[in-house]
Amino acid sequence: MADVIEVGAARDGAPPPAGPTRGRGATQRGNRATPYLFLAPYLVLFGVFGLAPILFGVWISLHQWDLQLPNRPFLGLDNYQDLFSSDSAIYGDWWSSVRATGIFTLFSVPLLVVIPLGLALLLNRSFPGRTFFRAAFFAPYVLGVAVIGLLWRFLLDANLGLVNRLLGAVGLPADTPWVTDVPWAWVSLVGVTVWWTCGFNAVIYLAGLQDIPAELYEAAKVDGAGGWDRFRNVTIPGLRPVMLFVFTTTILASANVFGQAFLITQGAPGEQTRTVVWRIVDEGLRDYDAGRAAAMSVFFALMLAVVSVVNFRLFRYRED
Amino acid sequence: MIQNEMSRRRLLGLGVGLGAAASLTLTGCGGGSSSGPSGSAGNGGKDYTGPKVDLKLWNGFTGGDGEIFKALVQQFNSEHKNIAVSVVTYEWQDYYSKFPGAVSSGSGPDIAVMHMDQLATFAARGSISELDDVAKTLELSEGDFAPTVWKGGLYNDKRYGIPLDMHPLGFYYNKAVMQKAGLDPEKPPTTKDEYTAALTELKKSGVQGFWVSPFQFTGGMTFYSLLHQWGGKLFDDEVAKATFNSDPAVEACTWLVDLIKQGHSPANVGQDADYLAFKSGKNAFNWNGIWQINDLKKSPNVQWGVAPLPQIGTQQAAWANSHNFTIVKQRAANENKVSGAKVFINWLSQHSLDWAKGGQVPARKTVRDSAEFKALTEVNALAPELEYAAFPPATPGLGEVILTFYNAFNEAALNKKSPKQALDDGVAKANKQLEDNRKKYGN
Repeated sequence: MADVIEVGAARDGAPPPAGPTRGRGATQRGNRATPYLFLAPYLVLFGVFGLAPILFGVWISLHQWDLQLPNRPFLGLDNYQDLFSSDSAIYGDWWSSVRATGIFTLFSVPLLVVIPLGLALLLNRSFPGRTFFRAAFFAPYVLGVAVIGLLWRFLLDANLGLVNRLLGAVGLPADTPWVTDVPWAWVSLVGVTVWWTCGFNAVIYLAGLQDIPAELYEAAKVDGAGGWDRFRNVTIPGLRPVMLFVFTTTILASANVFGQAFLITQGAPGEQTRTVVWRIVDEGLRDYDAGRAAAMSVFFALMLAVVSVVNFRLFRYRED
Repeated sequence: MIQNEMSRRRLLGLGVGLGAAASLTLTGCGGGSSSGPSGSAGNGGKDYTGPKVDLKLWNGFTGGDGEIFKALVQQFNSEHKNIAVSVVTYEWQDYYSKFPGAVSSGSGPDIAVMHMDQLATFAARGSISELDDVAKTLELSEGDFAPTVWKGGLYNDKRYGIPLDMHPLGFYYNKAVMQKAGLDPEKPPTTKDEYTAALTELKKSGVQGFWVSPFQFTGGMTFYSLLHQWGGKLFDDEVAKATFNSDPAVEACTWLVDLIKQGHSPANVGQDADYLAFKSGKNAFNWNGIWQINDLKKSPNVQWGVAPLPQIGTQQAAWANSHNFTIVKQRAANENKVSGAKVFINWLSQHSLDWAKGGQVPARKTVRDSAEFKALTEVNALAPELEYAAFPPATPGLGEVILTFYNAFNEAALNKKSPKQALDDGVAKANKQLEDNRKKYGN
């Protein structure tokens, strides 16, 4: 077990051969400013389009900020307090949107981590038509959210949709409210998202699988390891960095869900499937309350940052 | 392609929630208070003799109406050598979110088309100018327009919008389905008794006659109309408190939701499903916007008719909204532009018969009374609704409160809550929103 991990870890950290040593020598001889000059183009972009807006966003969140109203009184932490005080007009909506995003993330992430792994394992074998299937599973991801949203809204319509008609044809209940009632709306949203994006994760896994040297599998075979043992002791450790990437990006992407709910369920029933990002957009761009929207964004970003840190810790812990 | 998708995804990940904050920031950079003289320029739109001006006009006419509007603008441009109007079109939804940022950064339009229920919001926010002098010089008065529409352009007793048209909810009926059920397709029901009798006949022929959509389009607007038919109001006179949980409102909601229980409508009707089912003959009645006339005209195999909404409650009422012209305040005021804009608004208002062909009822009485308008059978059929159209009150920030109203109906129509419970909960939330708005807009 231990040496297998070492191999994986070593591969991960191995520098590309030859090049860097020469490069390092040149840096020592060159100007001290050289590395900063190389970094400068990105730093400028990051500063202007990344850091500055973030800081400005935090600043906005401390005000009652309307793009057009001349007075923008400083409120301190009032906007944040509103998120936690049950008397405020936004309290109910805010927490119901956090709940909606939480439910969606909780159910979509495990599926989006496991199903693409299975797909990648299948697509990594050699069989006739492999390239076709690789393309076929990836295809939905190429479509925009507007396309898949409208498509599935009509397919899943309780009274006119194809899905219920097919279910009825095989003797199953034909009146399931796929987009207008919970828990069905969650089944639809998670299902559609998995169908839509699992190809992307599968491609990442596939690349990871092809990075695992064949000798390891051969050696394991010689040692008498069966298929399951090889998967558990060679494939999984070899995929660890890839899994960390997939896990992190999937959590973040799922937490940012907006288009699917906006188009497929339209928040119904009531506002139960209205998500956080949707809430923020409404607050900022529909109700023109940039202060509250910024407070929501900052708070939400902090929540996601915590989740990501835990996530990284978890994976590193296992590695130790 | 794949690489693009990957980087997009990664960006999403990196951006986290802060992305939203960042984009708000970008639009916020314009900042600054926009102030300008309030429409004192020119002679109020009679004519314009100054140097040539270029005017930008924004609208949200993305359908067939957009082409008609552009043709009108072209005609105006060819008749006025010193005014050149250029048109920019956005989806209405984007329109209202882009507008404030564009105005405060100085890249907004000179003339903006707006819905009546948005006028108060943008007037209170100081983005549009008063137009009282236009009305005075052009001798426009209530008598030239329907009173409901004319009064809708006022905020704090000052005029901010010159109404172009009004678009009410109409009663569409599928003649083929009615005929199959043994109903006279030339005599659509007009009263509650006739309506329920027709639904009963339709049910006997195996048709769920009137699908109740739980969404704003069209179930929410149907409920809005019924609530007013029962004598209810969404808000009290000062728009300080929401009143859509009053007894008449609950009765109206119960009548509508009970249609589902009685089998006249399936449960869980999806967005647009009511209208698609109407077009394909799966139901017979649909209360929908006047704008569907043009769409139905493109479907030759649907036999349909349109009439004013039947009177289900104690009085006639119909949901309606109206497009208004507004003049946008600029950071750097240009009097020539303002007077040019006034000439344009006056000209288009007089030429609104052509606009009626886009599927709207013209706001101007002379145009409505003309023989040419009477010849537009379907649009003309809905003109009587102008007298009792129920427009939303002119109060800033009311858009989100009305969405709370629609969401309350959504919960009732999806049987998540009883009508009373859903509307009570909605009112509780709406009252908090109204209070927030009072603080924000200071009235």
